[in-house]
Amino acid sequence: MHELSIAYNLVEVASQSAIEAGAKRVTVVRLRLGALSGVVRDALEFSYEVATAGTILDHSALIVKELPIRVYCAVCEAEVELASVQRFRCPVCDTPSGDLRQGRELEIESIEIETE
Amino acid sequence: METRVLEIRKGVLNKNDEIARGLRSRLQVAGVLTVNFVSSPGTGKTAFLQRTLRALREQGHSSAALVGDLATDNDARRLAEAGVPVKQINTNGRCHLEAQMISDHLADWELSKIEYLFIENVGNLVCPSSYDLGEDVRVVLLSVTEGEDKPLKYPNIFNSADIAVITKMDLAEACEFDMAAARTNIESVRPGMRILATSAKSGAGMSEWLACLHAEKQARCVSA
Repeated sequence: MHELSIAYNLVEVASQSAIEAGAKRVTVVRLRLGALSGVVRDALEFSYEVATAGTILDHSALIVKELPIRVYCAVCEAEVELASVQRFRCPVCDTPSGDLRQGRELEIESIEIETE
Repeated sequence: METRVLEIRKGVLNKNDEIARGLRSRLQVAGVLTVNFVSSPGTGKTAFLQRTLRALREQGHSSAALVGDLATDNDARRLAEAGVPVKQINTNGRCHLEAQMISDHLADWELSKIEYLFIENVGNLVCPSSYDLGEDVRVVLLSVTEGEDKPLKYPNIFNSADIAVITKMDLAEACEFDMAAARTNIESVRPGMRILATSAKSGAGMSEWLACLHAEKQARCVSA
């Protein structure tokens, strides 16, 4: 379980940007989370409360946008979405593909801040 | 009071990734091929690494190893028997290694004298997958005693690796290990991944593994 340490990293990145922008408080954090990020959403949400306590992010909302895996299928010549992390095959033509285009994301998309 | 939205678009592990990128280029320029071993506890990372270090020394190549462990230095002591520089990274209970730990532990080594650097990650198939350590090659190890479906249970780490090494092949028959099923499962979560069947005990598959290391070094290092 490394979600707590991920949550502390998240707080560090978000508060740095917030403080640079002159924020007094962060109210919302929007996170993009890929299916291959290796991070469990529930565990992260639980850890978020602990990691934000007493910081500029205290009582802010964490909005997680889950991103499915997308690979490029050379046969279909198109980017396709996979239904499962256990099956790297094009859902249309069944050709195996490991040409990952989306799925490892673990990034802060935006934050909402209050300034005076 | 004013409310506004700030676009950030920054990776949560941005700091680790930056350190890892710096490490990778520093190591490549020094001619070091860096290999990160990940697996569950008990797969035989240490035995496999021991055999690798000895074989490289016999071939006249220099290598070194960094070993991550939650609490003990048993693995580092075992590896030091191979007669190469070994350092223990004690994570004090943390479930993975981070790039900064690698950087700190390399500080007093002369990199230009090392051809192959091995990092033995903490035995864990979940957390280490998120952390780039500046390695060139990530190797996931799977022992025949663990069962063929491990890749399906831990797709993230298998997908993040470059090479899969099956260990303890000497026990395959006793465990009724189904190699074809293991291959299918690995292929399913990481199409095209190179798979090597090895035994640190009998030496099976070691020459193919060493050839693979040499080829990677030639392909990636500036002064290979």
